[in-house]
Amino acid sequence: MSMTSDHPVATPELDRVERARIDESTRIPVLLFFGSAVFWLLVGTLFALLASFKMNAPHFLDQWGWLTFGRVRPAHLNAVAYGWAAPAGIGVALWLMARLCRVPLMHSKLLISAAIFWNIGILLGIFGILSGDGRSIEWLEFPNYASLMLFVAFGLIAVWAVIMFRFRQPGHVYVSQWYLLAAFIWFPWLYSTANILLNFEPIQGGAQGAVNWWYGHNALGLWFTPIGLAAAYYFIPKVLGRPIHSYYLSILGFWSLALFYSWNGMHHLIGGPFPAWMVSASVVASVMMFIPVITTAINHHMTVRGNFHALKWSPTLRFTVFGAMCYTLSSVQGIFMAVPSLNKVTHFTHYTVGHAHLGLYAFFTMIMFGAMYYITPRVVGWEWPSARLIRWHFWLVAIGIGVMVVALTIGGVLQGLALLDPGVTFMASLDYTKPWLLLRSGSGILLTAGHIVFAVSFTLLLLKAGSKRTEPTLFGSDQGRKPEALVP
Amino acid sequence: MPVIIFGAFLTFLTSWIGLVAYPSLQLGRFTPFTAEDTGDINPPPLSGMAVMGQRVYASSGCVYCHSQQVRQVGYGSDLERGWGARPTVARDYMRENPAFLGTMRTGPDLTNIGARQPSAMWHHQHLYQPTVVSPGSIMPSYRYLYRLRKIEGQRSANAIDLLPPDTAPDGYEIVPTYEAEALVAYLLSLNRNYPLPEAPEPPQQ
Repeated sequence: MSMTSDHPVATPELDRVERARIDESTRIPVLLFFGSAVFWLLVGTLFALLASFKMNAPHFLDQWGWLTFGRVRPAHLNAVAYGWAAPAGIGVALWLMARLCRVPLMHSKLLISAAIFWNIGILLGIFGILSGDGRSIEWLEFPNYASLMLFVAFGLIAVWAVIMFRFRQPGHVYVSQWYLLAAFIWFPWLYSTANILLNFEPIQGGAQGAVNWWYGHNALGLWFTPIGLAAAYYFIPKVLGRPIHSYYLSILGFWSLALFYSWNGMHHLIGGPFPAWMVSASVVASVMMFIPVITTAINHHMTVRGNFHALKWSPTLRFTVFGAMCYTLSSVQGIFMAVPSLNKVTHFTHYTVGHAHLGLYAFFTMIMFGAMYYITPRVVGWEWPSARLIRWHFWLVAIGIGVMVVALTIGGVLQGLALLDPGVTFMASLDYTKPWLLLRSGSGILLTAGHIVFAVSFTLLLLKAGSKRTEPTLFGSDQGRKPEALVP
Repeated sequence: MPVIIFGAFLTFLTSWIGLVAYPSLQLGRFTPFTAEDTGDINPPPLSGMAVMGQRVYASSGCVYCHSQQVRQVGYGSDLERGWGARPTVARDYMRENPAFLGTMRTGPDLTNIGARQPSAMWHHQHLYQPTVVSPGSIMPSYRYLYRLRKIEGQRSANAIDLLPPDTAPDGYEIVPTYEAEALVAYLLSLNRNYPLPEAPEPPQQ
């Protein structure tokens, strides 16, 4: 297998016309998932701000049970994880599957039904949490009537993915497809097992923590991560017009991720009421994550090397490379957090919240933004209205997430060290966090502003506002500078 | 590419067996322990009110700031802080649904809050206005679980007292709803200071 055949651009028979035909075939399902994702991103961000403000000013909106902290916080998590991140990922995955299978999207009715079921599920779930039906099982708060809808939607999408893959054009299966296919196998299994054992027919409490964190960690590791990596593996070489550095590193990265990530979950329970072997197995598996993480990091870095100047021009590349770098960062951080002597400090603190945002936001969400900047104009047939809006979006969210992670990391370490020392009162551990929680609210305002800019930009594109342009919207193009040539 | 499908299936299956199926069998089939000398059944069954309260605890999202696990020696200062007389073990949670182990300690651990704060009135005051009993706390008020009621004749027996004078207007009192009563019943039931064979009798204090 030659190196060049790994590269999606280099397939000669797939010319520009055929690509356009495939892109067009994905329009309705992709836009349904993208559109609803952007909507839930705004809703989820609003809940995040509310929850963060409530930690600074506990009396803020405390007169209604609907908006109490303990409901707004899971409403935030579920709105952004299942309302924004998952549908954005599904939209990207559908488009990638069609492009990489080299066939126009088939059976779009399956996907349209899935999008409808999905959004009804999210609506019911968020409503359920706010009205007091939430289960308080982290990552699985949705009441059964909502999670059932999500499961149906997932089933439809998984069936579609298998059909698409079955009828693909013969030829090389690109690394992005491995990740997508695996994610479509893993997630329905993961989601149904966890919901059955924790919500539909709950097992005894003593075993629930294990299932909870097997799910919680794998939702990140075996659903969001593979989709994020699939997008990075596609868009980095695509935008740069050069093949991925090493096919063999991709194989190693994929299989080591499949093997080790699935065993990571129990590191959320270090020191807890579980047999030592379970926690130890997860700590070992977590440390082994060095293999897929470093492998992928090297592979991506070597692909971009010598072409970093392209980050100046391409919005897709800038968001994607930012995300790919944060994947390495958050994974390495996660590995250290699983080491018991360090976990003692960070466990039960805001440090973990910072880590979660580094993973799901700085890595996954940024890559989704990058992918959407590439895909949306191609499926709509209209360019982004303004490079300036994209630039504002990038800097607001990049600075916002940076400040948030730093604030929660420092606040979390101070809190953790105070909690470890029995000579320090509990109230002091809380007091240490207060200024950092205030700074977190500040970073939340930046992120909110960034999301509003993105939503405006996205809406203008859908409305085909302005005049038709055929050139891609690149940074600098609004300032009369001529971007260096990039592969379209 | 059947290799990918088969391989993805197989790798995931190992973790499903190791971290879900086996633990569900090993940790999901406990029976309570009956002490031969005293006849005590541990962990003790929950009252109906406490079971209701468990649901209020879930619907209010207490778990997002409070853990319910006392970790082993060497993992933090849980025991030194007096959060429990012994580390908790899996059997302690056999009656919990869901088990509120928690991942955050913005507030203190509640594994044994019923033993630490055995007064129902303390809990009502704390839930209604946390800073009254815990200055500096950032816990939100749960006043939506309480009702302001005009005093007719005598003050109700369950009215919350010792709140700041301007909390309720003259002639009015603050009484817990059924949900608040249930939540407090659950909080008072949280007491793991009983012996189990795998977690020996805590030393007398």
